Amino acid sequence: MDTLVVHVLNALLYASVMFLIAGGLSLIYGVMRIVNLAHGNLYAFGAYVTAWAVGRALGGAVEASLWMYALLPVGALAAAVLGAVLEPTLLRPLYRRAEEYQLLITFGLLLILEDVMRLIWGPYPLQASALYEGLGSLTFGESIYPTYNLVVIVIGGVAAAGLWAFVYRTQFGVVLRATSQNMRMASALGVNVNRVYVQAFTLGCFMAGLGGAVIVPQQGAVLGMGVDALILAFVVVVIGGLGSLEGALIGALMVGFVREAGITFFPEVELAVLYLMAAAVLMIRPAGILGRA
Amino acid sequence: MSVDILKTTQLTKSFGETHAVDHVDVRVTAGEVLALIGSNGAGKTTLINLISGLIPPDSGRIEFQGAEITRASIHHKIELGIARSFQLVNLFDQLSVHDNVTLAIFSREGRTRRLFSLAAADTAVRDEAVAVLKQFGLDARAGAPAGGLSQGERKLLDVAVAYALRPKLLFLDEPTSGVSTREKAPIMDIITQVVRSGGITAVIVEHDMDVVFTYCPRIVAMHQGTILADGTPDQIRNHPQVTANLLGAQTA
Amino acid sequence: MTGPSRRVLAWSAPVLLALIALPFVVPPYQTVLLSYGLVFAIAALGFNLLLGYTGLLSFGHSAYFGMGAYAVAFIVKYLKLESMEAFLLGGILASGAVAALFGLLCVRYTKIFFGILTMALSQVLWSLAFKFFWVTGGSDGLRVPTPTLLGGLVRAGSDKFEFLSHRYYFYVLAVFVVCVAVMWVIVHSPFGQALQAIRDNETRAEFVGVQVWHYRWVAFLISGIFTGLAGALWVPLNGLTTPDILHWTFSGKMVFFTVLGGFQTFFGPIIGAIIFNYLETYAVGHTVYWQMVLGIVLVVLVLALPAGIVGTLRRLGLRAAKAA
Repeated sequence: MDTLVVHVLNALLYASVMFLIAGGLSLIYGVMRIVNLAHGNLYAFGAYVTAWAVGRALGGAVEASLWMYALLPVGALAAAVLGAVLEPTLLRPLYRRAEEYQLLITFGLLLILEDVMRLIWGPYPLQASALYEGLGSLTFGESIYPTYNLVVIVIGGVAAAGLWAFVYRTQFGVVLRATSQNMRMASALGVNVNRVYVQAFTLGCFMAGLGGAVIVPQQGAVLGMGVDALILAFVVVVIGGLGSLEGALIGALMVGFVREAGITFFPEVELAVLYLMAAAVLMIRPAGILGRA
Repeated sequence: MSVDILKTTQLTKSFGETHAVDHVDVRVTAGEVLALIGSNGAGKTTLINLISGLIPPDSGRIEFQGAEITRASIHHKIELGIARSFQLVNLFDQLSVHDNVTLAIFSREGRTRRLFSLAAADTAVRDEAVAVLKQFGLDARAGAPAGGLSQGERKLLDVAVAYALRPKLLFLDEPTSGVSTREKAPIMDIITQVVRSGGITAVIVEHDMDVVFTYCPRIVAMHQGTILADGTPDQIRNHPQVTANLLGAQTA
Repeated sequence: MTGPSRRVLAWSAPVLLALIALPFVVPPYQTVLLSYGLVFAIAALGFNLLLGYTGLLSFGHSAYFGMGAYAVAFIVKYLKLESMEAFLLGGILASGAVAALFGLLCVRYTKIFFGILTMALSQVLWSLAFKFFWVTGGSDGLRVPTPTLLGGLVRAGSDKFEFLSHRYYFYVLAVFVVCVAVMWVIVHSPFGQALQAIRDNETRAEFVGVQVWHYRWVAFLISGIFTGLAGALWVPLNGLTTPDILHWTFSGKMVFFTVLGGFQTFFGPIIGAIIFNYLETYAVGHTVYWQMVLGIVLVVLVLALPAGIVGTLRRLGLRAAKAA
């Protein structure tokens, strides 16, 4: 029973992070109809910046002080700023052009960001494990579970709720949804579409960066994590449907649980199981469970 | 006794709450030229999309020359002889005017499966394409990329491509929309001439009532997914519901 | 014969003569370098059938190049054969089988879904190459000796480099010429026209009777086979195949050199591949941040030179002709 709870928690942990990344991807697509191939790199960027900030704050110390946990969002903010810079410079010129160019430029961005992170932080992984260990672990029954993981799960839940409220309950959310449904109409009604776009993109990047920031204490920041995350985020989005936040949540949960089951019973085929699931969904319901095509 | 080339029975398609096409029964006789009119949202394009195979109906039957084609694939319907043009012009913009038509002919002849022969070498197909372009008055622009034509020329090319499939039943979705008034008559003249000489049954969706009354001996009026009236121009002109719902709402 | 074909034959003759004369004029190192360029050009030809002619941007073509390469390695390891013809056949069959399978999954989608799906599938292959290390040699890869050509008639002898820079070069050149000719015919065939129609307007293509998925799948298959053939030709040059060529970064290089040359023309990708090969060889020694350089150039290309090198030259040439 205890091990079951541990597995469930692991699945939720994974789902939390995946929701943040995939949710950001889906949000951007829902509003702007673009997919940023470098989205995974923003997740990685968030991880690196947070790990770096924590490393600086620690100095030579080994144990983390409580105030250092406030540094976690730093990575998310950095990713958001990066996004706010990238959208008007690299993406806006291409909205009128064929979609291939969008993919090509974001692919170029992916290549650039990979090496920029290597340039700044070197080829070796960056850790922030002091934050992970700093919260200790909870014991229940015969199992021990890291408290930090629970924090991440809570953050994921709060993010989901917060995002939902933001999109469906705020003025900005209304504008966001109107623009995503009919850009021309919204523009004709006086909405500053350019501003909405950069705001939506920044928010999406913030989410990806937050995903990286919260997970870095647990797994560190390593080169190549961006592309791995992108591909997994894609699996989530295929299952849940591109453009749907609820879909991203459902997809993330499904991916989290299937992956956990896969790792436990068939560790060799973990990745393949996820891809098979995505393939199955693609074949049965191409728009995803909740997607709008 | 004239032959029903097309017959729909209780054809229905809904999008959420809206009944775009609501239990429509319609019969078309072979060789007819009929207009399909109605205000925006009446269901005209949806009806064509259903019959041509772009979307599947929720319920009802479609019969073509007596055979059921309700859920047949687009490809199958084209093989049977149903073709269409589009309201928002749908062409292969980077291909030349000539190649737009040759493609339709190659496809019709089943030659698009050929990988190892040069398209340019097939003179029979190229000549036929030139002949079709001549019928549509587009032969002078044969070498130009389709994307570079004027709106009127693009509208005609759209029809020419459908015509090159040698269909028995041709749906024309607003063949003169976006075209200046001056150009409408020449376009419709070409279309009706081509359709009549080919013995093709034509269903023309149109908003311009002058065009409708001049060129179409039979008019079917739709409103909110159902057929409001079906008759000759005189009958339609004097039909109280049609004048109330449609003609008043028409823009010139 | 029509105008464009005649013009192409006209200037390709001197180019071909120059290529044939090359080994006698330049140092052997340069010849081998160009061999790599020709191999990448064949891969680019295959890749561009999908991008330029069918409108599908694949980020996972390393899968087919890699299948071609590993097929060669497996033929050496398990069948103990050393014939280049066997290598080519194996490469074609292996890459064709994988392309057929992946194609079935991918061609129902376009644009972003297609792109990421192709990337994900090639990553699966890459991870398999690591996991099944007892078969694939893992990250060490598998060694491949120099093959015999023309059914054993031509052998390497003791000087491997001499073999690669002469006899093997001519072999690669011959295969390259055949590939160019075959692809030229394919894109100018009615099938090629149908692909371009699908690229320009999927709906209309469907309504002209072209079954879009099916044609895309065939294009995908041909594309994969050309790229796999390139992979098979590449291995003897490299002497070794490793999982690196299955990684998405290699797919990225293929995207890059196709776009560099210009994906809207037939010869653009070929020129782009050859130029890229030189760029990579000379620049990679200068900086370890080679990916960033690629990325920057790609961004600049997209923003400033979307037609690529060949495409832009062509437009400039047309403009000059009009002005004259």
